[in-house]
Amino acid sequence: MFFWIIRRDLLLAMRRRADVLTTLFFFIIVVSLFPLGVGPEMNMLRTMAPGVVWVAALLAAMLSLGRMFASDHLDGTLEQMLLSPQSLPLLVLGKALAHWLVTGVPLVLMAPVLGIQYDLPVDALLVLTISLLLGTPVLSLIGAIGAALTLGLRGGGVLVSLLVLPLYIPVLIFGAGAVEASAAGLGAGAHMSLLGAFLLASLVLAPWTTAISLRISME
Amino acid sequence: MAINWFKYSSPASFYFLAGKMIPLFSIAAIVLCAVGLYIGFFVAPTDFQQGEAYRIIFIHVPAAWMSMFLYVVMAMWSGIGLAFNTRLSSMIATAIAPTGAMFTFLALWTGALWGKPMWGTWWVWDARLTSELILLFLYIGFMSLQAAIDDPRRADKAGAMIALVGVVNIPIIYFSVKWWNTLHQGASVSLTQSPKMATTMLTGMLIMSLACWMYAIAVVLIRTRAIILERERHTAWVGELQGATP
Amino acid sequence: MLQGCNLECVRGDRRLFRDVNFSLEAGGLMQVQGPNGSGKTSLLRMLCGLAAPAHGEILWNGAEIRSLGGDYYAVMTYLGHLGGVKDDLTAIENLRISSALGGIEIDENKAHEALQHMGLGGRELLPAKVLSQGQRRRVTLARLLVCGTVLWILDEPLTALDTAAVKLVQGLMERHLEHGGMIVMTTHQEIEITAIATQRLQLA
Repeated sequence: MFFWIIRRDLLLAMRRRADVLTTLFFFIIVVSLFPLGVGPEMNMLRTMAPGVVWVAALLAAMLSLGRMFASDHLDGTLEQMLLSPQSLPLLVLGKALAHWLVTGVPLVLMAPVLGIQYDLPVDALLVLTISLLLGTPVLSLIGAIGAALTLGLRGGGVLVSLLVLPLYIPVLIFGAGAVEASAAGLGAGAHMSLLGAFLLASLVLAPWTTAISLRISME
Repeated sequence: MAINWFKYSSPASFYFLAGKMIPLFSIAAIVLCAVGLYIGFFVAPTDFQQGEAYRIIFIHVPAAWMSMFLYVVMAMWSGIGLAFNTRLSSMIATAIAPTGAMFTFLALWTGALWGKPMWGTWWVWDARLTSELILLFLYIGFMSLQAAIDDPRRADKAGAMIALVGVVNIPIIYFSVKWWNTLHQGASVSLTQSPKMATTMLTGMLIMSLACWMYAIAVVLIRTRAIILERERHTAWVGELQGATP
Repeated sequence: MLQGCNLECVRGDRRLFRDVNFSLEAGGLMQVQGPNGSGKTSLLRMLCGLAAPAHGEILWNGAEIRSLGGDYYAVMTYLGHLGGVKDDLTAIENLRISSALGGIEIDENKAHEALQHMGLGGRELLPAKVLSQGQRRRVTLARLLVCGTVLWILDEPLTALDTAAVKLVQGLMERHLEHGGMIVMTTHQEIEITAIATQRLQLA
């Protein structure tokens, strides 16, 4: 069933490729705007790069959260999911994973290219990509809670950012921090382990919390 | 003496009990505040390092304590409301949020006022100030979510979920911010080098904290009463109340 | 056996209904009737476990449905007025996925047969967005052919259907009731379904 949901969401994303590309282009544009705002001084850009890429990834992930449950809510599929004999947290996990595959993975793949714009050295690019790989699933998982709570509300899109962005802060700090730490010669190991720990914790807790939130919102 | 606590968990009896308690807590808040401010401004000695400016801690520190404490209390009532489906607990949680946000804002504002003479800048990205700012965001998130939902039952439960998620995350956020802060040590000034505290200062601060506490209880009770009236406006007892006091 | 005891529904400030009692045995059909806004959909949502009643309890074979959770969902099929049909998926994909969600995985052939039975032969591979309202409804109703559950809770199943399709659904329900199934439904259309025990629940 878990795989059914992932397959279905990927199939839907394939049929609506434009939505996926919008998120990706949003990410690219935001990252490319910063040098225009702060000036092309390469040393400064190099120190800013991890933070900029990470903040842009946060915003891009958040922007696409609305789609996670909204269309299923509108056409009644969400009711079917809540009434499924299958475990709801597992279904939610499937949906979050599909969301990550559709929005997170393209960001991870695009990040090294954008890093080159900021003249990051190769090892920093590598650390940046790995930190995004570990961090972006957390964004989808935590974001699912916010998306579930704001289901069907007026102005839900803005509201979800108020709820979810503060919760993203630890991921931002350690994701961007990993790159800086490795650049400072401290090694990114500790940061990566913490990101991994966040990932594990949110894998366990977030689907369950999202499931309860969905039931609350659909009542 | 056996007290039937469950009696007070019904909104109607709580309404009347709260009505009797509000004056007590209000008076306690005013008296304690007067005593605390007197100690703070006239009894406590001038700090030899920071001069008179340090006196703002008599408001800043209690406000910061209350801001964190109230979030935990709010999450606790939310959790009870969610677990046992008790409407009153959820109403109390809703009533706490604005007061908590107010204290958070006060702590940030007085922190900025204190920062200017101390470090010559209104804002430093210190771990505590940053965490306090994030706490303000969490309060705002809770309040905006509840405000956006029309159905009070859903608002209570959804608010409870976000409060609980927040309370689980606060330690993680605080720890992350602290780590981030130590990594960027050179750039910021640490607040941790607190001056040696004289006993009078400590007394003043504790009394002010108590005053804030009493104030918070009084205000939350008043707000809870208002919420009860709003939600129960169609019940017989509220109708009688209106008849009694036209 | 499905039982409702002293059910009460409150929406916002308004109480839609109270003291609703019923009990539905194997082979029984219950038609919920009432004007718009009388709480028919709310009652059905309670019966399937999406919403909690403000008062009272709903029992399935003597156990509260909320405590049964997945065990109850496995014997119950709910079709709401939103059909759960995805615009971007074909009829066959829609049917396969929704019945998989209901706990029954069916292969392409079985889905094909069910759709053909519902009169959608030749349209199985069209995306649902090009189907008409009535055809989409048929895709939704095709689930009843493959779900294999005992209790059907149907909210306005006949909207947008033509007379041929109404006959088809009628036959489907009668066969279900003959085999000891149970149906709770709302409808504004007059429909005669023969059943061992038919009851009407009138909401004010």
